[in-house]
Amino acid sequence: MNSRTVIRTKNLTKRFGSFVAVNHISFEVSAGEIFGFLGANGAGKTTAMRMLCGLSRPTEGEAEIAGFDVYRQQEKIKKNIGYMSQKFSLYEDLTVYENIRFFGGIYGLRPRALKEKSKALISRLGLENESNKLVRSLPLGWKQKLAFSVAVIHDPGIVFLDEPTGGVDPITRRQFWDLIYEAAGRGITVFVSTHYMDEAEYFNRLSIMVDGEIAALDSPSALKQKYHAASMDEVFFELARRAVRQSDEP
Amino acid sequence: MSEVVFDRIVKTYQRNSIRALDDVSFSADRGSLFGLIGPDGAGKTSIFRILATLTLPDRGQARVSGWDVVKDYSKIRQVVGYMPGRFSLYPDLSVGENLSFFAALFNTTVQANYDLIKDIYRQIEPFKKRRAGALSGGMKQKLALCCALIHRPSILFLDEPTTGVDAVSRKEFWQTLGNLRKQGITILVSTPYMDEAARCENIALIQNGKILSINTPQKIAGEFPETLFAVRSNNMSGLLRDLRGMSGIGSCYTFGEFHHITFRQGIENPQKWLVGELESKHHHEIEFMQVQPTIEDCFIRLMKKDE
Repeated sequence: MNSRTVIRTKNLTKRFGSFVAVNHISFEVSAGEIFGFLGANGAGKTTAMRMLCGLSRPTEGEAEIAGFDVYRQQEKIKKNIGYMSQKFSLYEDLTVYENIRFFGGIYGLRPRALKEKSKALISRLGLENESNKLVRSLPLGWKQKLAFSVAVIHDPGIVFLDEPTGGVDPITRRQFWDLIYEAAGRGITVFVSTHYMDEAEYFNRLSIMVDGEIAALDSPSALKQKYHAASMDEVFFELARRAVRQSDEP
Repeated sequence: MSEVVFDRIVKTYQRNSIRALDDVSFSADRGSLFGLIGPDGAGKTSIFRILATLTLPDRGQARVSGWDVVKDYSKIRQVVGYMPGRFSLYPDLSVGENLSFFAALFNTTVQANYDLIKDIYRQIEPFKKRRAGALSGGMKQKLALCCALIHRPSILFLDEPTTGVDAVSRKEFWQTLGNLRKQGITILVSTPYMDEAARCENIALIQNGKILSINTPQKIAGEFPETLFAVRSNNMSGLLRDLRGMSGIGSCYTFGEFHHITFRQGIENPQKWLVGELESKHHHEIEFMQVQPTIEDCFIRLMKKDE
């Protein structure tokens, strides 16, 4: 793993009125790292992720994503990252090929590159016979793998995965992690949120947000040692139960 | 006495092209907490929709509280509470308005049944005037549960109430279910989280519209036919690759901070053999132990067998 920093935030903050959703978070992520972004519902994860993806303007603080500034270069950020969420990943009523074309186009690939990439992607996933089928008809496991491959079709520096394995069967969940490792091996930084605590063990490093702040950030083994915990589940529980704010402010 | 009976149900969609439920049978006793455990697309929602009399089975029979889901649907609707997987309250009504509305639908009032929802409702009461659509995920789920309970049903159908909910809130939610059960309510709940299975009295493991196994969580785990081991070393991804390449290893998959493995038959002293092999592949800090199979281990094995 080389140590080039691809995500750098300093005192990054987002306020909605008097409510501080994200409160002065500072951290760095290196190229090729698999970085976990954990926290209870309402801790501020989604708001923070939206700022990192160039979708939401910070109230104060600094952040640089893939070398681009979150205030001035939001469009450049969007072109240089990939994004996949469990809830919205592919269009069910487009075919496999159409989805690849569509997202490749959105990510700014030129027609010729797009054609080559689509072909390579379809053959790598073994979907030659399915490329003209509607995504709706694919088993969930294939959909997830396709969604991930589409999110990195433009070889982004960073891919953001928002609960990518929610609701997925235990075998597919593990196959999905093979894809994550493979992408990281190619130098793509993988930024993941998950509610599965066994998956927290697979991160190189992870942060746990509590009440808008980063309460802990380290490797899984260092965190377990620090909190005298046998598993990441215990670490998470220990930290998240300290939350004082309601997930909704009255 | 069975409160919920599902007997050889077949359900297809899109002119038989999708077989959502393939000859599914199970029953849940009155007052029990029964879990439907399986991933998205397994058929869990179809089971709930049939039991809640919202869709008809192609074949087979289902009964709720002794009533037939086809003939006696209006009787069933009086006694069940249903919380769908997708948020289905009115987003532009406030928290309080939603609750009053669902109470009114069943000809009752919030006050009359307040004792039943008190513990849950107290947590969302500060946001009583907020539009339901503006609540966070966890709060929406609490409100949906209150609305499903407000007519004091004797049976509760909860379709993936903990999906997308963080680990701490999930624990709290299961405590709430335990309390509701003490009030005599029969609860049928589905989840894709295997670790929640242990909270149920009986579970059905479901995949691709078929039941893989039904029993108590303890019995299902006890029926795991092989001896299961956990192993780790200083290089976990290399370890996974090396283990998969060894002919003496039956199955091998990641499991949190360990990999879980089984051995093929005919290896004497597997521990000694494995540690020797791994040391020759330059693994250090090797830890190896026998472990009790979890529901997730059972599910993985049953899925592989099914293929």
